[in-house]
Amino acid sequence: MRINSREELELRRGEFKASLDSQSKQILICAGTGCVAGGSLDIYEKLKELMEENDIACSVVLEKEPHDTIGLKKSGCHGFCEMGPLLRIEPMGWLYIKVKVEDCEEIIKKSILGNEVIDRLVYQDKESRSYQKQDEIPFYRQQTRVALEHCGHINAESIKEYIAVGGYHAASKALFDMTPEQIVNEISDSSLRGRGGGGFPTGRKWGQVLKQDEESRYVVCNGDEGDPGAFMDRSMMEGDPHRVIEGMLIAAIATKAHNGYIYVRAEYPLAVSRLEIAIQKATERGLLGKNILGSGFDFDLKISQGAGAFVCGEGSALTSSIEGNRGMPRVKPPRTVEQGLFGKPTVLNNVETFCNVPPIINNGAQWYKTMGPKNNHGTKAFALTGNVNNTGLIEVPMGTTLREVIFDIGGGVKGGEFKAVQIGGPSGGCLCLNAEESHLDLAMDFDSLKKVGAMIGSGGLVVMNDQSCMVEVARFFMDFTQNESCGKCIPCREGTRRMLELLTDITSGRGTMEHIELLEDLADTISETALCGLGKTAASPVISTLKYFRDEYIAHVVDKKCPAGECKALLSIIIDPDLCKGCSKCARMCPVDAIHGEIKKPFTIDQSKCIKCGTCLDGCKFNAIIQA
Amino acid sequence: MESNEQIKINRILDDYNYDPALVIAIMQEVQKDYRYLPEELLCYIARQLKISEAKVYGVATFYENFSLDPKGKYLIKICDGTACHVRKSIPILEEFRKQLKLSEAKPTTDDMLFTVETVSCLGACGLAPVCTVNDKVYPAMTPVKARDLIEKLKEEAHANQ
Repeated sequence: MRINSREELELRRGEFKASLDSQSKQILICAGTGCVAGGSLDIYEKLKELMEENDIACSVVLEKEPHDTIGLKKSGCHGFCEMGPLLRIEPMGWLYIKVKVEDCEEIIKKSILGNEVIDRLVYQDKESRSYQKQDEIPFYRQQTRVALEHCGHINAESIKEYIAVGGYHAASKALFDMTPEQIVNEISDSSLRGRGGGGFPTGRKWGQVLKQDEESRYVVCNGDEGDPGAFMDRSMMEGDPHRVIEGMLIAAIATKAHNGYIYVRAEYPLAVSRLEIAIQKATERGLLGKNILGSGFDFDLKISQGAGAFVCGEGSALTSSIEGNRGMPRVKPPRTVEQGLFGKPTVLNNVETFCNVPPIINNGAQWYKTMGPKNNHGTKAFALTGNVNNTGLIEVPMGTTLREVIFDIGGGVKGGEFKAVQIGGPSGGCLCLNAEESHLDLAMDFDSLKKVGAMIGSGGLVVMNDQSCMVEVARFFMDFTQNESCGKCIPCREGTRRMLELLTDITSGRGTMEHIELLEDLADTISETALCGLGKTAASPVISTLKYFRDEYIAHVVDKKCPAGECKALLSIIIDPDLCKGCSKCARMCPVDAIHGEIKKPFTIDQSKCIKCGTCLDGCKFNAIIQA
Repeated sequence: MESNEQIKINRILDDYNYDPALVIAIMQEVQKDYRYLPEELLCYIARQLKISEAKVYGVATFYENFSLDPKGKYLIKICDGTACHVRKSIPILEEFRKQLKLSEAKPTTDDMLFTVETVSCLGACGLAPVCTVNDKVYPAMTPVKARDLIEKLKEEAHANQ
């Protein structure tokens, strides 16, 4: 079982690769959180059952000599979540979308026993063009996958498959061919920057830890992906857990650390279990633990689960949480690289950052620098969500424009016209179209986004259409931050609460121009005086919406109107008597009995009773009910 | 505290070597079993780990996932992450609350059957808006589906009685 040297690693790799290649066909069922929720595990079980019934040689684990069998495996997230559950058949590269248990028989019969594509299961675009192969679909065609390279392509629970596709080669190179200084230099040369949001140069961080006098050091992976609307890190931990581990191992070799932690949100149970399996397998194989690959280097890795606190994504709060305390940030300096976990020098990087490390070590810094603009090299994974046609997980070179992401990959805006994109979660800002500048052609990278008051953040991209009220968006994020404020420093604890009150006043129709002034005032104060990143950036959504959508704020406070029609307190729902046929459907649906009338005559809504829930709006077949 | 409870807790504490740095993990194990953190157990954990009750209470109340109140048989969580929010998750929350006569201040029904709460992003944004019932994910929810789901769960609970 145990691999005792790098030569043996290469030997095993050859064997595992031969086994993988000998599978005549492979069925990869997406077992990411999204597709699992859509029922993909039932499909897996059904396919397994059908193959057994039909005596098809099927291997669910990679065996040594399974000639001409069908590989059936649960892979990580394929990314095209909107179309889930997804199923891909290799080596043809066919992608089936929205697969149901009932489709399984046909899949086995036509595509596995036969060589036929099932047309009704392949992706069709709006112009009814069919795409059999995954690589041809516009959603995938324009992506460059580095960190997500194996996600959805290998069995997420198999270390053999990871090794077969080249896994742990970079770690062995780092162990045997490079000194810690050389590794740090390679990473510095590649100009890899932290993918968690801050964009701090990773090589510089590692170098700072390496030069500390302290004997004991730690490597910590930040998997506390708390930004609402972001799931890149989750997909990487679920879909390619060994890649995360290998990245951390290289960081440990580079900084001479012998202990590591992966801090994962408790909301990601699947990621936790996949990582547990991966750590156990890697330890059994001698790729973690004592004397890794016979090199004499030791590295122990543990998982620490979060318990639901957004602020724990902040470095010092995260280490404090691993230590078993309340996750509250502390004053810096000393910085985490000097005194981090248990007071020792600590490398703290985000999941995606670690996932970028092995390919850089394998292919060199120069290769990495061929992607993306200067000082912003590489790729970035984004979670594309909200009112967009193709929701999902994507990875594109840094510097790709918003237009390419939303319209080419994302397939355009859903349910209305494009209005804005919220980027970087509660710490980020909005990008939009407005009279002076259009952000659609802005390159998305650390530096370009900073210039317009937004940030790349961890990579959540929430697309909003013209029915989204930007004041409400700002209120939503403030509600989130206020809730998640740890309460240690007054600017954040009190300031976010007051800002939330002001925003709630505005969306409830109680706002005045003074509210807007006060908001701006408070935003400045909090940004300048809060203790940690959460507080310092808490006002960003407000500042950015005020900058680009000031008219909307003014409409709320002066005209008492919500232009997007979202703020219920500023709307009334009425029935157009000319269109109403008097069918009484709305009256029956109304939860508060506010609609009355005589059959076949126009009905009316009692405004004093109406709670503006909108149930009647969705129910009317004649479009007679309108918001005004 | 009854002796079989004590045995159970001691086993958890054993698994974690009575390490005070692992108090969060220990409480997570306890909560998995009890579905909340009973006060007397917290005091017991504090004594066994040789840390103050205040420290344990402080940690338990800091993190969103810990609850000091018992939960209903069906724990309904409505995701209010950004993606779910812009695809209108709040009307779904309101529908659940209305059906069960619950509010933010009163999250659990008197018969201890249902608890309704919001949860920050579950990361199932592609299926927005989503809710979970005892960790099973229900995709693309609407207020009407919410009403039906409550009916179904009530029937299920009734049938099991």
